[in-house]
Amino acid sequence: MTPRLSLENITRRFGETVANDAISFDVMPGEIFAVLGENGAGKSTLMKIVYGVVRPDAGRIAIDGRALEIDSPAQARSLGIAMVFQHFALFESLTLAENVALGLPPAPLAQVSARMIELSQRYDLEIDPAKRVHDLSVGERQRVEILRALMSSPRLLILDEPTSVLKPQAIERLFVTLERLAADGVSILFISHKLDEIRRLAQRCAVLRAGRLIAIVDPRLESESSLARLMIGADPPAIALHDSPAGASALSVRGLDTTDAAERERWLHDLSFELHCGEIVGIAGVSGNGQAALMAALSGEWTGVKGAIRLFGEDVNALPTLERRRRGLRYVPEERLGHGAVAGLPLRDNAVLTRDELRSGGLVHVGQARRLTRQLIERFAIKVSGPDAAAGGLSGGNLQKFIVAREVEARPRVLLVNQPTWGVDVGAAAAIRNEVIALRKAGSAILVISEDLDELFELCDRLFVMSKGRLSPSVRPGEIGVQEIGRWMSGLWPRAEVVA
Amino acid sequence: MKVPYALVPRSERAGVMLWASPLIAVGLTLAAGALLLAWMGHAPGRVFEVIFWEPLATRRGWSELGLKATPLILCGVGLAMCFRANIWNIGAEGQLVVGAIAGGAVALLATRETTRAVVPLIIVAAAAGGAAWAAIIAWLRDRFNANEILVSLMLVYVAQLLLDWLVHGALKDPEGYGFPQSKLFESVARMPIVLPGTRLNIGLPLALAIAAVLWIALERMVIGFQLRVAGLAPLAARYAGFSERRLLWFALLVSGALAGVAGGIEAAGPVGQLTPAISPGYGFAAIIVAFVGRLHPLGVVPASLLMALFYIGGELAQSRLGLPGALTGIYQGMLLFFLLACDTLITHRVVRRVRTVTA
Repeated sequence: MTPRLSLENITRRFGETVANDAISFDVMPGEIFAVLGENGAGKSTLMKIVYGVVRPDAGRIAIDGRALEIDSPAQARSLGIAMVFQHFALFESLTLAENVALGLPPAPLAQVSARMIELSQRYDLEIDPAKRVHDLSVGERQRVEILRALMSSPRLLILDEPTSVLKPQAIERLFVTLERLAADGVSILFISHKLDEIRRLAQRCAVLRAGRLIAIVDPRLESESSLARLMIGADPPAIALHDSPAGASALSVRGLDTTDAAERERWLHDLSFELHCGEIVGIAGVSGNGQAALMAALSGEWTGVKGAIRLFGEDVNALPTLERRRRGLRYVPEERLGHGAVAGLPLRDNAVLTRDELRSGGLVHVGQARRLTRQLIERFAIKVSGPDAAAGGLSGGNLQKFIVAREVEARPRVLLVNQPTWGVDVGAAAAIRNEVIALRKAGSAILVISEDLDELFELCDRLFVMSKGRLSPSVRPGEIGVQEIGRWMSGLWPRAEVVA
Repeated sequence: MKVPYALVPRSERAGVMLWASPLIAVGLTLAAGALLLAWMGHAPGRVFEVIFWEPLATRRGWSELGLKATPLILCGVGLAMCFRANIWNIGAEGQLVVGAIAGGAVALLATRETTRAVVPLIIVAAAAGGAAWAAIIAWLRDRFNANEILVSLMLVYVAQLLLDWLVHGALKDPEGYGFPQSKLFESVARMPIVLPGTRLNIGLPLALAIAAVLWIALERMVIGFQLRVAGLAPLAARYAGFSERRLLWFALLVSGALAGVAGGIEAAGPVGQLTPAISPGYGFAAIIVAFVGRLHPLGVVPASLLMALFYIGGELAQSRLGLPGALTGIYQGMLLFFLLACDTLITHRVVRRVRTVTA
């Protein structure tokens, strides 16, 4: 049988670094083929080469046995290749239907919307084609990207970490969908850092490390630890156990209630909860269910929200970000670039962003900022040339490590973290989680919002589930199963119980 | 409409090219200018000699260059700061005019008995005038979220009409035979000359000092850091806790004040009175200056000198060779056009659209 995609000695350099070093493999028609590797291993570059975004310096690509050069995504699409990117490429001010229609041959918008609704129902990808992208959360945006790729009925579908924002049931349904597509002869190239997903889904798996192809294995015959060893070349750092009991109240929220400016949508629905010292509390849920509003209200990016927010007994609802930070409350936002860090500025300037001690008397203390940044880079093993490197040049995982390091190293009394390890490789994710656990041991109170249930189960002392702006009762991770949490994510939790 | 070419962002950032871009743009402007002159039947070599060489051949020529560059530097550094913070004040011309009115009004109060202390008063009044004019923009944007591009531009015309009205009325020289202009300022109320025998006044050293101060403020001070962050990533600025409102007011008041100072120095310097044509468009040319100078206070200085050369050379070409006065404007326009084109091609590459391949 002729391979659908055949790569032969694909090589690509960026300056000094070799992103892809003579990589060869075939993907057969109807095969689900996984590519596994840490961030910076060269997975994304390889996929961009297949999709025509980046050109290889050397090597040969063949589609259905025909050798050719793929010059552009448009050409890739005309060859039946579709891709779901990890970073989204959506126009903020357009509706979902308009965004999707842009990538298709001209067709009436109503027809596009109808097909989107049909596909979204079939694959359980809740979306509303009439909504505008700027109103969407990260999770919703990813759903649009998946849907967009499916619209063109591709013959080779590339997915870059597609499941990180889906409910467990939806992941399972997506897998069923992918398997059905594969059975119809569509080849699937699937990038993931979730080893269990690769073992569940893929028939073959290419492992990349530092730009080189380490092995092609059948993941069903491997264990998670053997795959992890292949990927990082060593055993991943073990997660420290958590055992310390919760202490006094750190953050107390009562009756938090917000709507959008036009008062059409109620983002937060009479939320109340308590966060104690020495405790990690998780909020599970699909993003777009009020998490962004909750974080804005707690961090101080919004002030004066209806309800009460008390930090160690003091009402801080009217206080801006800076004042809350002074009182020991720090925050790691969901978006790394443009929110948690500024792409165009060097890391040392990004340290100045929230490390207020680096700014005083009207001056920015560049020397101190450089010193602190160097310390953060060393202590947290961030892969970067130095404190003067631009934040935009770091890989997602390294930048996230930097942002978490910047906040954790300041020893906050309360830490809010939104999606701590979204799109981050296993090694970096373990490092970030260990930092959070160490902070909890030191007596800080930590609130983690995540769509990654495995992460929440691993980290948290207590869990809430958020759905449509409401908060479920809290449970201990040991007392509830993943399937049950999945049901709660649809808002179906026992109502009668008193909210803890 | 379907064009067979498309612009695709380049993945690699070009640091050196960022500064090479204005130089390439200047080269292209000269080349296109030469073609234009040849087409009009003039020898480009001779014209270029008059425009670009003769002004620089004498001490007086250099002093005139510095004199014309002064308002451009003052307006340009203020605009560079605004643009870096994504605040699009394109009405420096209006702030300059109001600065000239305020500074000129103080200068008109001077009599033969007045001391030199009136000079700093003129500059302060001019700064206050320009800042007040810019404060209208800041207030409308802050209070009503009005678009600062439109407001600042429209206020230019209001300022010019205000000046017109004043020199036809309240500030008109009673012994001026009905001409719409104020009386000449007392010599004590004129900007002191720094280079004897020329018209070059304290404006240039003042402008250079201000450019240096703004450079330090933008690179090393908290306010500059905040402005840069707000321009690059507004959400990150909010996350860090920087007040958007404060930055808006700061950038507009400072750039307005600097444009005002430019107007005051122009009125109480080379012009010596208030006339309806106090500025040949310095406030607009400063927008080009800010971009050619890469929105950097130190880059604005050579950019201002170049733009001043266009002004002086254009006048010489007009008087000496009988070329149309519109030449200066055409050169300024071409320079901006080529600069924007170079910037675009440095950050993007042109690719042919691929025709749909039947699979």
